[in-house]
Amino acid sequence: MKRNSIFFGLMILSFIAKSQDLLSELEKEAKPTINYTGSTFKSTRLINGQTIETKGKGELEFIFAHRFGAINTGLYGLFGLDEAYTRLGLEYGVTDRLGVGVGRNSVDKTMDAYLRYKVLRQSSGARNMPFTLTAFGIAAVRTTPRKEDATYDIQLEDRMSYTGQLLIARKFNSMFSFQLMPSIVHKNTVDRTMEKNDQVAMGIGGRLRVSRSVSLTTEYYYRVDVPQGNPYYNPLGFGIDIETGGHVFQLVMTNSRGLTERAYLTETAGDFFSGDIHLGFNITRTFQIKKKK
Amino acid sequence: MKKIIFLILTTCAIAASGQKYIAEKSLVVFFSKASVEDITAKNIQSNSIFDVETGEIAFSIPIKEFQFAKSLMKEHFNEKYMETEKFPKSTFQGIITGYQIKDGGTQSVKASGKLMIHGVTKEIDVPGTLEVVGNKVLLKSRFIVKLEDYSVTRPQLLWKNIAEQVEVSLDFTFIPHEKK
Repeated sequence: MKRNSIFFGLMILSFIAKSQDLLSELEKEAKPTINYTGSTFKSTRLINGQTIETKGKGELEFIFAHRFGAINTGLYGLFGLDEAYTRLGLEYGVTDRLGVGVGRNSVDKTMDAYLRYKVLRQSSGARNMPFTLTAFGIAAVRTTPRKEDATYDIQLEDRMSYTGQLLIARKFNSMFSFQLMPSIVHKNTVDRTMEKNDQVAMGIGGRLRVSRSVSLTTEYYYRVDVPQGNPYYNPLGFGIDIETGGHVFQLVMTNSRGLTERAYLTETAGDFFSGDIHLGFNITRTFQIKKKK
Repeated sequence: MKKIIFLILTTCAIAASGQKYIAEKSLVVFFSKASVEDITAKNIQSNSIFDVETGEIAFSIPIKEFQFAKSLMKEHFNEKYMETEKFPKSTFQGIITGYQIKDGGTQSVKASGKLMIHGVTKEIDVPGTLEVVGNKVLLKSRFIVKLEDYSVTRPQLLWKNIAEQVEVSLDFTFIPHEKK
């Protein structure tokens, strides 16, 4: 009896040991693959600004972004809800790495068009890349004031501005992602008593995932070498991302009402800490236009 | 007593040196049928070793390699349901019974063993077929996986899009493994 049980025990043990061998042998045989990190952020927008994310190939994203007035308008302005600034935008994934987009922001009646390209992708395994790098470039034209309303002979080039950004992000784990956004804005025409034509800013941002579908986000841009007399503030924002299927809802509070790079990077008029906080939201809806094979 | 142990050890040693086959081609498909949308995903990046003499088999399926029609489905599948960063692979290790390799042709077989999905291991018994074509061995199987069994939870808002159980089918072609 005793012998039998030892015998069976050994048989089971040897079987387990052996089939584990087979699995570990399999792991050894497996060719090393590159694991690209996905979902560093939930959307192409962090708060006002961009993230490293691109749309998948053949995906079209409709972005409806909205900022209310400032909270410190008090009850008279229903804490900002009386006013609204919107940006309607579309972004399309030409490839998994290249995106194109257009939009219109009601702030300064600005139209914009942009390109983004994921140059480096964070990965582990066969190729180790510690971060993702996306290059972003946007051209924007402000269509206000109208020619007849302008105080000077305004030309198209006076209305143009260009922004280039390098977006560098690392997803440290499934909970936490961090992003740096060195940026340069060129405005063709500025009031030189308070601004330069070329303005540089350094942004930092992050995402903290608190549950399966909810994340907290934040974003701040520090403007470098701002001339004396410049009335604008550094843009700061906090948000909550809520994801449901093809939608991402981003509820935000920020001191900027503008939603194009020129507006939020260089013309943020609100002082966050004296209550010039705008509530707002970004809603994105993704459609798969071209099905993958 | 010592003799018995010796006997077992030698048997094991002999058995362990049996002819091993590795997967040359692999296809794992899962199909989820729900009222709103049917979801299919395909994976051709799996690995497998099959010892035809002992019937022992091991599979390793990289979850990230499941390809969907929509990019967003893939993202949600990995991030929300399978938690791929935590559980990058699904594995099976077990034994296939009910075949005689020398008989050739198509034979009905049974696979039993441990299936690990989403970090949860369950004992399963699934039917399949084994076919010998030249020096290749083809294994096919189709079975149902209940998401609940492997702690894969469906979101309340989207429950209509995702079925409670998914059908998994496997189609592997094995070739003799040459030792280097």
